[in-house]
Amino acid sequence: MSVATGPDIVITRQMVRTWAVDAGFGLVDQTKIITAASELARNTVEYGGGGTLQIELLEDGRRRGLRLTFADQGPGIANVEQAMRDGYSTGSGLGLGLSGSRRLMNEFSITSELGRGTRVVATRWKP
Amino acid sequence: MEHIPILRMGRCLLVTIQVDMHDRLAMTLQDDLTARISDVGAKGVLIDISALEVVDSFIGRMLANIANMSRVLDAETVVVGMQPAVAITLVELGMSLPGVRTALDVEKGMRLLNAAIGDVISGSGHEAAGERASSAE
Repeated sequence: MSVATGPDIVITRQMVRTWAVDAGFGLVDQTKIITAASELARNTVEYGGGGTLQIELLEDGRRRGLRLTFADQGPGIANVEQAMRDGYSTGSGLGLGLSGSRRLMNEFSITSELGRGTRVVATRWKP
Repeated sequence: MEHIPILRMGRCLLVTIQVDMHDRLAMTLQDDLTARISDVGAKGVLIDISALEVVDSFIGRMLANIANMSRVLDAETVVVGMQPAVAITLVELGMSLPGVRTALDVEKGMRLLNAAIGDVISGSGHEAAGERASSAE
Protein backbone atom coordinates (compact mmCIF):
# COMPACT_ATOMS: atom_id res chain seq x y z
CA MET A 1 0.00 0.00 0.00
CA SER A 2 1.03 3.58 -0.50
CA VAL A 3 2.14 5.58 2.55
CA ALA A 4 2.35 9.16 1.38
CA THR A 5 0.04 11.41 3.42
CA GLY A 6 -1.09 12.01 7.00
CA PRO A 7 -4.34 10.06 6.56
CA ASP A 8 -2.28 7.14 5.15
CA ILE A 9 -0.75 6.78 8.63
CA VAL A 10 -4.24 6.11 10.01
CA ILE A 11 -4.96 3.63 7.20
CA THR A 12 -1.63 1.92 7.94
CA ARG A 13 -2.69 1.45 11.57
CA GLN A 14 -6.03 -0.03 10.48
CA MET A 15 -4.46 -2.38 7.91
CA VAL A 16 -1.78 -3.60 10.30
CA ARG A 17 -4.41 -4.16 13.00
CA THR A 18 -6.44 -6.38 10.66
CA TRP A 19 -3.33 -8.41 9.80
CA ALA A 20 -2.21 -8.70 13.43
CA VAL A 21 -5.67 -9.89 14.52
CA ASP A 22 -5.82 -12.41 11.66
CA ALA A 23 -2.36 -13.69 12.58
CA GLY A 24 -3.68 -14.44 16.08
CA PHE A 25 -1.60 -11.96 18.07
CA GLY A 26 -2.86 -11.08 21.55
CA LEU A 27 -4.01 -7.56 22.43
CA VAL A 28 -0.69 -6.30 23.81
CA ASP A 29 1.27 -7.62 20.83
CA GLN A 30 -1.29 -6.16 18.42
CA THR A 31 -0.91 -2.79 20.11
CA LYS A 32 2.89 -2.94 19.91
CA ILE A 33 2.90 -3.87 16.22
CA ILE A 34 0.33 -1.20 15.30
CA THR A 35 2.21 1.46 17.27
CA ALA A 36 5.53 0.53 15.61
CA ALA A 37 3.80 0.66 12.21
CA SER A 38 2.42 4.09 13.03
CA GLU A 39 5.87 5.43 13.93
CA LEU A 40 7.50 3.97 10.83
CA ALA A 41 4.69 5.18 8.56
CA ARG A 42 5.13 8.71 9.92
CA ASN A 43 8.87 8.54 9.20
CA THR A 44 8.13 7.40 5.65
CA VAL A 45 5.74 10.33 5.13
CA GLU A 46 7.75 13.03 6.92
CA TYR A 47 11.34 12.16 6.10
CA GLY A 48 11.06 9.83 3.11
CA GLY A 49 8.66 12.00 1.16
CA GLY A 50 6.21 9.11 0.97
CA GLY A 51 6.74 5.46 0.12
CA THR A 52 5.20 2.04 0.40
CA LEU A 53 4.34 -0.56 3.02
CA GLN A 54 4.38 -4.27 2.41
CA ILE A 55 2.83 -6.57 5.04
CA GLU A 56 3.69 -10.27 5.13
CA LEU A 57 2.45 -13.13 7.25
CA LEU A 58 5.40 -15.43 8.00
CA GLU A 59 5.24 -19.11 8.90
CA ASP A 60 8.36 -21.11 9.43
CA GLY A 61 6.73 -24.30 10.64
CA ARG A 62 7.14 -23.61 14.33
CA ARG A 63 5.94 -20.06 14.64
CA ARG A 64 4.07 -17.28 13.01
CA GLY A 65 5.15 -13.70 12.49
CA LEU A 66 4.19 -10.45 10.88
CA ARG A 67 6.74 -8.55 8.81
CA LEU A 68 6.39 -4.90 7.87
CA THR A 69 8.57 -3.43 5.14
CA PHE A 70 8.54 0.34 4.69
CA ALA A 71 10.42 1.64 1.66
CA ASP A 72 10.85 5.13 0.30
CA GLN A 73 12.90 6.85 -2.40
CA GLY A 74 13.59 9.87 -0.23
CA PRO A 75 16.86 11.59 0.68
CA GLY A 76 18.08 8.69 2.82
CA ILE A 77 19.67 8.82 6.27
CA ALA A 78 23.25 10.08 6.52
CA ASN A 79 24.04 8.34 9.80
CA VAL A 80 21.79 5.36 10.54
CA GLU A 81 23.45 4.62 13.86
CA GLN A 82 22.77 8.16 15.05
CA ALA A 83 19.18 8.06 13.73
CA MET A 84 18.54 4.91 15.77
CA ARG A 85 19.43 6.67 19.01
CA ASP A 86 16.68 7.69 21.44
CA GLY A 87 15.96 11.38 21.23
CA TYR A 88 17.78 12.02 17.97
CA SER A 89 15.67 13.85 15.41
CA THR A 90 16.32 16.05 12.42
CA GLY A 91 12.65 17.03 12.37
CA SER A 92 10.19 18.30 14.93
CA GLY A 93 9.52 14.95 16.58
CA LEU A 94 10.80 13.41 19.79
CA GLY A 95 13.27 11.10 18.10
CA LEU A 96 11.51 7.96 19.30
CA GLY A 97 10.22 6.71 15.94
CA LEU A 98 13.06 4.41 14.93
CA SER A 99 14.48 3.55 18.35
CA GLY A 100 11.04 3.07 19.88
CA SER A 101 9.65 0.93 17.08
CA ARG A 102 12.77 -1.26 17.23
CA ARG A 103 11.98 -1.95 20.90
CA LEU A 104 8.39 -2.85 20.01
CA MET A 105 9.39 -5.43 17.39
CA ASN A 106 11.53 -8.60 17.62
CA GLU A 107 13.63 -8.08 14.50
CA PHE A 108 14.52 -4.77 12.99
CA SER A 109 16.79 -3.79 10.14
CA ILE A 110 17.31 -0.55 8.33
CA THR A 111 19.21 0.15 5.13
CA SER A 112 19.58 3.59 3.71
CA GLU A 113 21.45 5.16 0.85
CA LEU A 114 21.88 8.90 0.53
CA GLY A 115 19.81 10.22 -2.34
CA ARG A 116 18.31 6.78 -2.99
CA GLY A 117 15.98 6.08 -0.09
CA THR A 118 15.44 4.09 3.07
CA ARG A 119 14.10 0.62 3.75
CA VAL A 120 13.01 -0.58 7.18
CA VAL A 121 12.09 -4.22 7.79
CA ALA A 122 10.48 -4.98 11.15
CA THR A 123 9.15 -8.35 12.29
CA ARG A 124 7.31 -9.51 15.37
CA TRP A 125 6.90 -13.20 16.12
CA LYS A 126 3.91 -14.64 17.88
CA PRO A 127 5.00 -16.05 21.23
CA MET B 1 -12.58 21.30 9.04
CA GLU B 2 -12.78 18.32 11.36
CA HIS B 3 -12.78 18.93 15.13
CA ILE B 4 -12.99 16.83 18.29
CA PRO B 5 -15.84 18.20 20.43
CA ILE B 6 -14.92 19.97 23.67
CA LEU B 7 -17.62 20.03 26.34
CA ARG B 8 -17.75 22.56 29.13
CA MET B 9 -18.86 21.56 32.60
CA GLY B 10 -18.54 24.33 35.14
CA ARG B 11 -14.92 25.41 35.09
CA CYS B 12 -13.83 22.16 33.47
CA LEU B 13 -13.43 21.15 29.85
CA LEU B 14 -14.15 17.56 28.87
CA VAL B 15 -12.85 15.81 25.78
CA THR B 16 -13.57 12.24 24.74
CA ILE B 17 -11.42 11.09 21.88
CA GLN B 18 -13.40 8.44 20.04
CA VAL B 19 -11.75 8.33 16.65
CA ASP B 20 -8.36 7.20 15.44
CA MET B 21 -6.94 10.71 14.98
CA HIS B 22 -4.71 11.63 12.11
CA ASP B 23 -1.88 13.96 13.05
CA ARG B 24 -3.53 17.16 11.89
CA LEU B 25 -6.68 16.42 13.87
CA ALA B 26 -4.53 15.91 16.98
CA MET B 27 -2.83 19.27 16.40
CA THR B 28 -6.24 20.91 15.89
CA LEU B 29 -7.44 19.50 19.21
CA GLN B 30 -4.34 20.86 20.94
CA ASP B 31 -4.97 24.34 19.49
CA ASP B 32 -8.73 24.23 20.17
CA LEU B 33 -8.21 23.18 23.78
CA THR B 34 -5.67 25.85 24.62
CA ALA B 35 -7.91 28.49 23.02
CA ARG B 36 -10.94 27.28 24.99
CA ILE B 37 -9.01 27.17 28.29
CA SER B 38 -8.11 30.80 27.87
CA ASP B 39 -11.57 31.83 26.52
CA VAL B 40 -13.60 30.40 29.38
CA GLY B 41 -10.94 30.59 32.09
CA ALA B 42 -11.12 26.84 32.60
CA LYS B 43 -9.36 25.46 35.66
CA GLY B 44 -9.46 21.80 34.71
CA VAL B 45 -9.21 19.67 31.56
CA LEU B 46 -10.22 16.03 31.44
CA ILE B 47 -9.25 13.97 28.41
CA ASP B 48 -10.82 10.53 28.06
CA ILE B 49 -8.75 8.22 25.85
CA SER B 50 -10.49 4.96 26.77
CA ALA B 51 -11.58 4.47 23.16
CA LEU B 52 -8.04 4.82 21.81
CA GLU B 53 -6.47 1.49 20.88
CA VAL B 54 -3.16 3.07 19.94
CA VAL B 55 -1.25 6.02 21.36
CA ASP B 56 1.95 6.57 19.41
CA SER B 57 4.67 9.13 20.07
CA PHE B 58 2.75 11.83 18.19
CA ILE B 59 -0.44 11.48 20.23
CA GLY B 60 1.66 11.03 23.37
CA ARG B 61 3.45 14.27 22.66
CA MET B 62 0.10 15.99 22.05
CA LEU B 63 -1.15 14.84 25.47
CA ALA B 64 2.05 16.07 27.13
CA ASN B 65 1.80 19.39 25.26
CA ILE B 66 -1.79 19.92 26.35
CA ALA B 67 -0.86 19.18 29.97
CA ASN B 68 2.05 21.65 29.83
CA MET B 69 0.17 24.38 28.00
CA SER B 70 -2.82 24.15 30.31
CA ARG B 71 -0.51 24.37 33.33
CA VAL B 72 0.95 27.58 31.95
CA LEU B 73 -2.64 28.83 31.52
CA ASP B 74 -3.42 27.95 35.16
CA ALA B 75 -5.45 24.82 34.46
CA GLU B 76 -4.90 21.20 35.49
CA THR B 77 -5.12 18.33 33.01
CA VAL B 78 -6.01 14.72 33.75
CA VAL B 79 -5.83 11.98 31.12
CA VAL B 80 -8.18 9.11 31.94
CA GLY B 81 -9.01 5.62 30.72
CA MET B 82 -5.75 4.55 29.11
CA GLN B 83 -6.01 0.90 28.12
CA PRO B 84 -3.39 -1.36 29.77
CA ALA B 85 -1.98 -2.52 26.41
CA VAL B 86 -1.55 1.13 25.42
CA ALA B 87 0.28 1.90 28.67
CA ILE B 88 2.66 -1.05 28.22
CA THR B 89 3.38 -0.03 24.64
CA LEU B 90 3.90 3.66 25.43
CA VAL B 91 6.48 2.91 28.10
CA GLU B 92 8.31 0.46 25.84
CA LEU B 93 8.26 3.05 23.09
CA GLY B 94 10.09 5.35 25.49
CA MET B 95 7.30 7.71 26.55
CA SER B 96 6.22 7.66 30.16
CA LEU B 97 4.30 10.96 29.84
CA PRO B 98 6.13 12.86 32.57
CA GLY B 99 4.10 15.75 33.90
CA VAL B 100 0.78 14.27 32.78
CA ARG B 101 -1.67 13.37 35.53
CA THR B 102 -3.64 10.21 34.85
CA ALA B 103 -6.58 8.39 36.38
CA LEU B 104 -8.18 5.04 35.60
CA ASP B 105 -11.63 6.35 34.68
CA VAL B 106 -13.66 9.53 34.30
CA GLU B 107 -15.02 9.40 37.84
CA LYS B 108 -11.57 9.10 39.44
CA GLY B 109 -10.26 11.74 37.05
CA MET B 110 -12.99 14.17 38.04
CA ARG B 111 -12.28 13.54 41.70
CA LEU B 112 -8.60 14.25 41.08
CA LEU B 113 -9.40 17.49 39.24
CA ASN B 114 -11.86 18.49 41.91
CA ALA B 115 -9.29 17.98 44.63
CA ALA B 116 -6.71 19.91 42.64
CA ILE B 117 -8.81 22.92 41.77
CA GLY B 118 -11.63 23.01 44.28
CA ASP B 119 -15.16 23.84 43.26
CA VAL B 120 -15.30 22.59 39.69
CA ILE B 121 -18.32 20.36 39.58
CA SER B 122 -20.43 21.25 42.56
CA GLY B 123 -19.93 24.96 42.10
CA SER B 124 -20.01 25.27 45.87
CA GLY B 125 -16.69 26.72 46.78
CA HIS B 126 -16.95 26.30 50.54
CA GLU B 127 -17.70 22.61 50.53
CA ALA B 128 -15.03 21.83 47.99
CA ALA B 129 -12.50 23.87 49.90
CA GLY B 130 -13.43 22.02 53.09
CA GLU B 131 -13.09 18.71 51.31
CA ARG B 132 -9.70 19.64 50.03
CA ALA B 133 -8.56 20.69 53.48
CA SER B 134 -9.72 17.45 55.07
CA SER B 135 -8.24 15.26 52.38
CA ALA B 136 -4.91 16.97 52.86
CA GLU B 137 -4.71 15.85 56.45
